[in-house]
Amino acid sequence: MHSFGHRANAVATFALTILAAMCFAASFSDSFNSPTPTASVKILNINWFQKEANANDEVSMTLNISADLSSLFTWNTKQVFVFVAAEYETPQNALNQVSLWDGIIPAKEHAKFLIHTTNKYRFIDQGSNLKGRDFNLTMHWHIMPKTGKMFADKIVMTGYQLPEQYR
Amino acid sequence: MGFIGDQVESIRSMQVRQVVTQIISLGMIVTSALIIWKGLMVATGSESPVVVVLSGSMEPGFKRGDILFLHMSKEPIRTGEIVVFNIDGREIPIVHRVIKVHERQESGEVDILTKGDNNFGDDRLLYAQGQLWLQKHHIMGRAVGYLPYVGWVTIVMTEKPIIKYLLIGALGLLVITSKE
Repeated sequence: MHSFGHRANAVATFALTILAAMCFAASFSDSFNSPTPTASVKILNINWFQKEANANDEVSMTLNISADLSSLFTWNTKQVFVFVAAEYETPQNALNQVSLWDGIIPAKEHAKFLIHTTNKYRFIDQGSNLKGRDFNLTMHWHIMPKTGKMFADKIVMTGYQLPEQYR
Repeated sequence: MGFIGDQVESIRSMQVRQVVTQIISLGMIVTSALIIWKGLMVATGSESPVVVVLSGSMEPGFKRGDILFLHMSKEPIRTGEIVVFNIDGREIPIVHRVIKVHERQESGEVDILTKGDNNFGDDRLLYAQGQLWLQKHHIMGRAVGYLPYVGWVTIVMTEKPIIKYLLIGALGLLVITSKE
């Protein structure tokens, strides 16, 4: 009745059950965190703005990104993936989202930052609609947990505009 | 004659019943696993609700051997989401992050560009020849949950098939020989 196999099976099952319960509890505890992140992005300079050979508009800009995301971190947070995207509407597209910069924040100590950068990914439109275009810059974050559910949210910053002329 | 005959009869019927019970319990294990998998498919709307991370392209967030739980809702794909997609002519699905989205005004069709967090450039080199964007039909699901290490079981089994056969053999033997 109480052979070695039975005991080993009982121990393994119990250990796995406890482990699963702890993973669930760790993930569930995340939902009690109500973070208050802050962010601001300034466009310091439009470096150049032109129509490419294939008739798509492309712009290069220098950004000043500052944020305090330390309240996103809990004990179940492995890292926070943060990125800034330009979001705008054109006659052709209801929504365009173009990621301009991203970064990985490995720990709470690094969650308050200020950086000065040109756009890491190319800001290219589908077509030629960027002259004088109003757009939003949105800071998104994606919380990657040690285990369990992933969370994502964003701060939308409005009121940015591209130049009326190529340069 | 009568006494011995009864004994033989009872033993024979016992064995038949035992064999039938074992076959049924084996069938129950297999079918309940199938029910759970198919149930998950219905609940998540994704054709593979759980995927194992096979490459290091999303490190340090996801390492090889971690598993991701997928969900495929009607909600549109947006930047920052981690999606699992299939490329025509490639067998293995890829888990990467969306970095660009262009959604049409009328039809709502989307063009999506992805990139691995740990890769230097975007995924256009991984796509089919001449393909610039992913469309909705390439996307199998978006990652909503994460569990580390569990996927090593399947990686070990696919790379070392002997271990798989040993395990299946041992489990089968256990089911057949176990009583009650």
